[in-house]
Amino acid sequence: MKTKTAVIVPCFNEADSIRGVIDDILSNVPEKEDWRIIVVNDCSTDNTLAELEQDGRAVVLDLPCNLGVGGAVQAGFKYAWRNNFDFAVKFDGDGQHRADYISALLEVLKNDEADFVVGSRFIDSSKKGFQSTSLRRAGIKFFRFLIRLLSGCAPSDPTSGFRAYNRAALKFATLHYPSFDYPEPEEIILMRKNNFRFKDVLTEMRERQGGVSSISLFKAVYYMFKVGFAILMVASRPKEEEHV
Amino acid sequence: MRIQIISIIGSLIFTSFILYLIRWKKLKEAYALIWGIMSIFFLILACWVDGLTFVSHMIGIFYAPATLFLVLLLTVILIMIQFSVIISRQVDKIRNLSQELALLKEQLSRMGKDKK
Repeated sequence: MKTKTAVIVPCFNEADSIRGVIDDILSNVPEKEDWRIIVVNDCSTDNTLAELEQDGRAVVLDLPCNLGVGGAVQAGFKYAWRNNFDFAVKFDGDGQHRADYISALLEVLKNDEADFVVGSRFIDSSKKGFQSTSLRRAGIKFFRFLIRLLSGCAPSDPTSGFRAYNRAALKFATLHYPSFDYPEPEEIILMRKNNFRFKDVLTEMRERQGGVSSISLFKAVYYMFKVGFAILMVASRPKEEEHV
Repeated sequence: MRIQIISIIGSLIFTSFILYLIRWKKLKEAYALIWGIMSIFFLILACWVDGLTFVSHMIGIFYAPATLFLVLLLTVILIMIQFSVIISRQVDKIRNLSQELALLKEQLSRMGKDKK
């Protein structure tokens, strides 16, 4: 049976890179598979929307006000859920993620080894591809420690936004996705808490192609506190009720 | 005596201002509860002159006006927390509305294309 996969690309001011990202994804669609690209424009102030409309290859969800990456991705999840997609992939709009790894992520879901998969830069020691800055790596280590302490699972790259979801995880995410800013580490613990199986898959990443990282140096402190606090809060909450 | 008259008048104005806002639907009843309690508290204190001293001594505060500040401060903090809760709730609603709007816009443009 032909499976339907939604590749959700949240983007904010990615006019320079978004077409390249769409090219990258489309050139990696395996034969006999139905992939749809869903770009969520989070109220960009540059030409992103015009680029997308001119391009015409992606489904465009144009948010009327800026929600941050969590809210944007969730809009994509809602689309995928309502249009009966089997899998959803979250893919960055800045060109950091490599579409040739999407199939590897999906493979894990298709084999039913996990409900959601995180593309990780850090699984093996060969350190292929872009490894991020030392400051960010320190932050990643801290979150990995915190998540292991609270949930028992140790994601090797908890801040990675390259993820894939099966239909059960997709439904849960449409309802409960941590939809404020910087949702990634928090999401892992939320999913684990609600008994979704999680797996890391090795991926390589590139340095960003354009735009500005959503985590600049002076936001790092805010990021650490906000995300650390959110993780603790999610861990303290009971399981969410309405899910499959 | 003069201060008592002033404070009675003052708290009456405050109470009627709150009632006015509710009456003309500028303030939701649900959010007005804490303001209502505050205005009644003012009114009681204004009428009952020794009340403040009485309460202060009861809880061990020697400088009576400090009790007033304490109560005021606590009430203001409570109101601010209530506001944060309301804001958070509204953020959720705005997020949902925005997402639905984006999904509808997409559906609409798809329908437009299908017609052509």
